[in-house]
Amino acid sequence: MAEYLILIYEDENTYADADPSVYAETLAAHGRFAEQIVEHGGKLVGGQALQPVSTATTIRGDVVTDGPFAETKEALGGYYLVDAEDLDQALAIAKLCPAPGGGVEVRPVMVFE
Amino acid sequence: MPDRVDVGAAAAVARAYREQWASVLATTARLTRDLDLAEDATADAFAAALQTWPRDGVPRSPGGWLTTTARRRALDAMRRDQTLRNKLPLLVEPANCAAVEGAVLEDPPAVADDLLRLVFTCCHPALSREAQVALTLRLLCGLSTAEVADAFLVSESTMAARVTRAKKKIAAARIPYRVPAAAELPDRLDAVLTVVHLIFTAGHTAATDQLVRPELVTRAVHLARTVVAIMPDEREARGLLGLILLTDARRPTRLDAAGKLVLLADQDRTRWDHTAISEGRRLATESLRGGRSGRFAPQAAVVALHAEAPRSSDTDWRQIVGVYDVLLAAWPSPVVSLNRVVAVSMVDGPQAGLDELAQLRDDPRLAGYRYLPATRADLLRQLGRFREATAAYRAALEHSDAGPERAFLQARLAEVDAHARGGWSTSHPDDAGPNAAAW
Repeated sequence: MAEYLILIYEDENTYADADPSVYAETLAAHGRFAEQIVEHGGKLVGGQALQPVSTATTIRGDVVTDGPFAETKEALGGYYLVDAEDLDQALAIAKLCPAPGGGVEVRPVMVFE
Repeated sequence: MPDRVDVGAAAAVARAYREQWASVLATTARLTRDLDLAEDATADAFAAALQTWPRDGVPRSPGGWLTTTARRRALDAMRRDQTLRNKLPLLVEPANCAAVEGAVLEDPPAVADDLLRLVFTCCHPALSREAQVALTLRLLCGLSTAEVADAFLVSESTMAARVTRAKKKIAAARIPYRVPAAAELPDRLDAVLTVVHLIFTAGHTAATDQLVRPELVTRAVHLARTVVAIMPDEREARGLLGLILLTDARRPTRLDAAGKLVLLADQDRTRWDHTAISEGRRLATESLRGGRSGRFAPQAAVVALHAEAPRSSDTDWRQIVGVYDVLLAAWPSPVVSLNRVVAVSMVDGPQAGLDELAQLRDDPRLAGYRYLPATRADLLRQLGRFREATAAYRAALEHSDAGPERAFLQARLAEVDAHARGGWSTSHPDDAGPNAAAW
C-alpha cells in the first residue's frame, strides 16, 4: 500500500453563485466518499476542507502578502489522504471524489527510508 | 516458433532482437520490478547472444535462451545492489501475478501476459501521450533513445529526459505492472492503439524527401501484429492492423521517380502491395463484424474500399460516404468530417463538398490543420474559382512542412495562380484533387 494525496481544486464561485442545495449535496457526497474509499479497497488516512482563498496568506522569503500562493481560477479547497494499492486503485477512488466546481489532482506521497 | 538454426548466428540475433526484445524485457521486468534494470539485463542478454551463438550455435529456442540469460543477469545485479535496491521505488506487481521463479518460460500464454503488462504500462493514461510513444518505442521496440529522438525530431537529451521522467513516474506513483480489468479495458486499449497509430503516422507522413520513415512503419506494423496476437478478440486491434497494412500497401506508388507526390487517383494500382491488401481487407471485414464499431475498423474499411477499386474511377464513393457516417457516429472528429467532405464531393460534385466544408471552416479544432485549406483549395480549383483557390493554397502552405506535400501544394498554387491572372475560368471536373486521405 502507498499513500496518495487527493487535492481538490475548485472554482469557489461554484458554491457562492449556486443554490444552497448544491453545497448541501456536495457535502453529502463527501460523506459518502469516505465509505466509497473503503469499498474500493483503499483506506482513508485523513482529509480536511479549507477556508476560501480570501483567507490565505502567502510568505515568500520573509515577505508576507495577502492572498494565495498562485492566483488561479480553480484553487485548492481541500484534500484527502488515502492509502491505496497502486495508482490505478488511487485513480479509481479519486474519480469518485466530489469536485463539481473543478477537479482533483492525485499525488503519491514521498517515502523517506 | 520455428527452428532457425540454418541461418547465420548474427542474423539469428538480429531476428531475435526484432521479434523477441519486447517479450524478453517484459518477462524480466516482472522479475526485477524495475524497468531500467530489466532493460540493462535484456541488452546484456542480447550482447551475450552475439558472443555465444556464433561459437555454440543458435539455441533451439532463442527466446527462451535470451529470457533465461536476462533473468540471470538481473538476479546477479539485484544481489549486488540488494541494499540500494531496497530504497528504490519498484514496479508494483499485483498479488495475483505468478511468481517468476516458477514460471515456465516457454509458456506462450505467460509470455503474452507479460507483453500485455508491458504494453499497458507504457501506454498508461497517467503518462503524457509523448511519454507513452517514447516508452513504447524504447521498451517494446528496443529502439535506442537516439533513434526515438530522431524519429520525433527532438534532441537526444530532450528524449532522454522524457523517458527518464516517465520511468520515474511509473515507479514513484506506483503505476501497476498489470493487465487492466475488463471494465477499464476499452479505454486502456484505445490508448495503446492510439500510440501504435501515432507511430505509424509518424512513419507514413514524415516530413522527409521520401515521405516515409520505413523503420517506424515496420515498428508500427510489428506492434499492431503483437497487439492482435495478444488480444485476438479485440476487433479494434484488428481494425488498426488492417488500416496500417492497407495504407502502407500504397507506399511504392506515393512518389514518382522524381520524388514528387502522386495522388491516390493517379497511383499505379498494379504496384500496390497486394499481399498486404488482401490481409488488410480480411482484417477490415473481421473488425467490422459484430456490434457497434470503434474508430479504427471503419477507417480500415475506407482504405479497403479504395484498395478494392481496380481503377480510381471504379471507387465506390457512395459506400465510402456511408462508412464515414459510421465512423462519425463512433468518433465525432472534425478531421473525419473533412475526409467525408471529399467523399461527398466525389459523389455529388465539388459544390456539394464546398457546402459541407462551410460548416467546418470555423471549427477551432481544425485551426492550423493544413488539410482544411488544402481541401477547400482543391474544391475551389475544380469549380474554376481560381482567385479564391490561390488564397486557400497559400493558407495550406503556411502550415505545411518541407517535403513532397509542400512541393505538391506549391505546384497547384502556381497552376491556379496562372489561371487567376490569365482570367481563365475553365474547371477540371475529371481531375480528382488532394485530400487528407489522398497520399
